[in-house]
Amino acid sequence: MANIMIRKTAEGGLSFYLPKRDLEDNIVSIEFDQTNKWGGELRLANGGTYYVDPLDAPPRLPISLRAKRVDAPE
Amino acid sequence: MSKLTREETESLIQEVLEVYPEKARKDRAKHLAVNDPSVEQSKKCITSNRKSLPGVMTIRGCAYAGSRGVVWGPVKDMIHISHGPVGCGQYSRAGRRNYYVGATGVNTFAEMNFTSDFQEKDIVFGGDKKLTKLIQEIEQLFPLHKGISVQSECPIGLIGDDIEAVSKKAAAELDKVVVPVRCEGFRGVSQSLGHHIANDALRDWVLGNRDGKTFESTPYDVTIIGDYNIGGDAWASRIFLEEMGLRVIAQWSGDGTIAEMENTPKAKLNLLHCYRSMNYISRHMEEKYGIPWMEYNFFGPTKIEESLRRIAGFFDDTIKEGAERVITKYKPMMEAVIAKYKPRLQGKRVMLYVGGLRPRHVIGAYEDLGMEVVGTGYEFAHGDDYDRTIKEMGDATLLYDDVTGFELEEFVKRIKPDLVGSGIKEKYIYQKMGIPFRQMHSWDYSGPYHGYDGFAIFARDMDMTLNNPCWGKQTPPWKVLKSDDALKAAA
Ligand code: SF4
Repeated sequence: MANIMIRKTAEGGLSFYLPKRDLEDNIVSIEFDQTNKWGGELRLANGGTYYVDPLDAPPRLPISLRAKRVDAPE
Repeated sequence: MSKLTREETESLIQEVLEVYPEKARKDRAKHLAVNDPSVEQSKKCITSNRKSLPGVMTIRGCAYAGSRGVVWGPVKDMIHISHGPVGCGQYSRAGRRNYYVGATGVNTFAEMNFTSDFQEKDIVFGGDKKLTKLIQEIEQLFPLHKGISVQSECPIGLIGDDIEAVSKKAAAELDKVVVPVRCEGFRGVSQSLGHHIANDALRDWVLGNRDGKTFESTPYDVTIIGDYNIGGDAWASRIFLEEMGLRVIAQWSGDGTIAEMENTPKAKLNLLHCYRSMNYISRHMEEKYGIPWMEYNFFGPTKIEESLRRIAGFFDDTIKEGAERVITKYKPMMEAVIAKYKPRLQGKRVMLYVGGLRPRHVIGAYEDLGMEVVGTGYEFAHGDDYDRTIKEMGDATLLYDDVTGFELEEFVKRIKPDLVGSGIKEKYIYQKMGIPFRQMHSWDYSGPYHGYDGFAIFARDMDMTLNNPCWGKQTPPWKVLKSDDALKAAA
């Protein structure tokens, strides 16, 4: 588990920031993006996948969350 | 010398690495790279923010330097106690030339060194009592100070003093901010963690202090974050931000005050110059207060124009017009500077090795003068800094992270740049090698280099250094082979 931050990019997408590993990358897909459920598996542009516990509603961004590494390229 | 190809640069790296024992070679190889602007993530080509190799000469500082020297030091109306032995603070006192207005010793203190001057008995019995006494003395001698920060040096962490408790008690007694900062030099691999710790201390002890209090704001309130006013940099930036209609409500932290920092959450936009040292606090404010932040670059007219338009993009038409007005106003001045210096500097090649933001930010300014940066590197960057650098640098140029004294010398000998820009520790080595050198940490006692006014000074300084007649006089007269005519004339 690591602290991460998700924020909106200037282009309107989502970006994923993991300070511990200096990792800042765009999120290409998010498992749940509904009005009553938000989060789950996050797929990054670099091929890595992280998991955040789904929230009950889409949060105000940026937000700091705890994430689990499912699969990372390196 | 003409440009090196990718293969040549790669073999240059291999050659330089050859002298190391195998383990060291493997480690250092990861920190040296040939740039490829098409790479998206720097991780694929360069490793950074790792512990320096024992035995090599590194140019890094410590976490205390990052907190006391960089982030907190310039906050002018606070007193920053270098808590621990006297040396750490005394040898770094006022070295960064963070300019400020105020009467030093009366209501501003940035140039002074306050220390608890630890002795053996303080190590043995603990220094908390001494710190309490020191704070009382400060209050007596300098009643106009607006707050105190306790910057821990190495021993504090080792002996386990409770500076938080002392600070809390003192803050209640004095009714002023007293901030304990756990920036012991041994934390982390470089000064970079010191920046982070300092940012966290600001977040925990300062930022929220005025939450809920009223503030007369305007829709155009911005802050300058990560400009340390070296040689007046922040002033040279602020002047035209205000000209375009914005109101700068805080400077972090060059010429800054604690009140400005506490008011920062009231801003509409945080303008971030040094990403490395203050991105943490900017990200925090974005999350907590919903203030967007934007990285800008005020080195050289091209980048300034780009940045001004991007800044204006956050505001309405008055600011957009203001930005255009500022750009048009300074254009003739910039054209005159370029007309004067470009012919003297055109085609010259530069190698940089600095910290923070400069290894990438100044590239634009050199390009405006027709110069080319052929090698660059950071003392304490992280991956995200290299992500941003790769795009700025040309193809097949050299990147070096936490370069060692030996490597940089060898690179310079082979690449033969016309100018090297790095720190004071490198300055005299390269000057003795006959290579023009600028000290790019504190602008070689010159500056400002930011903004329009700064660019004029930057251009002049580069010309002054590069075209100085002394470089042609490196060989003493008695070693110059005299022709017969000259001998006869002398006889
Ligand atoms: S490493 Fe420790 S002892 Fe050395 S300057 Fe930094 S704080 Fe002082």
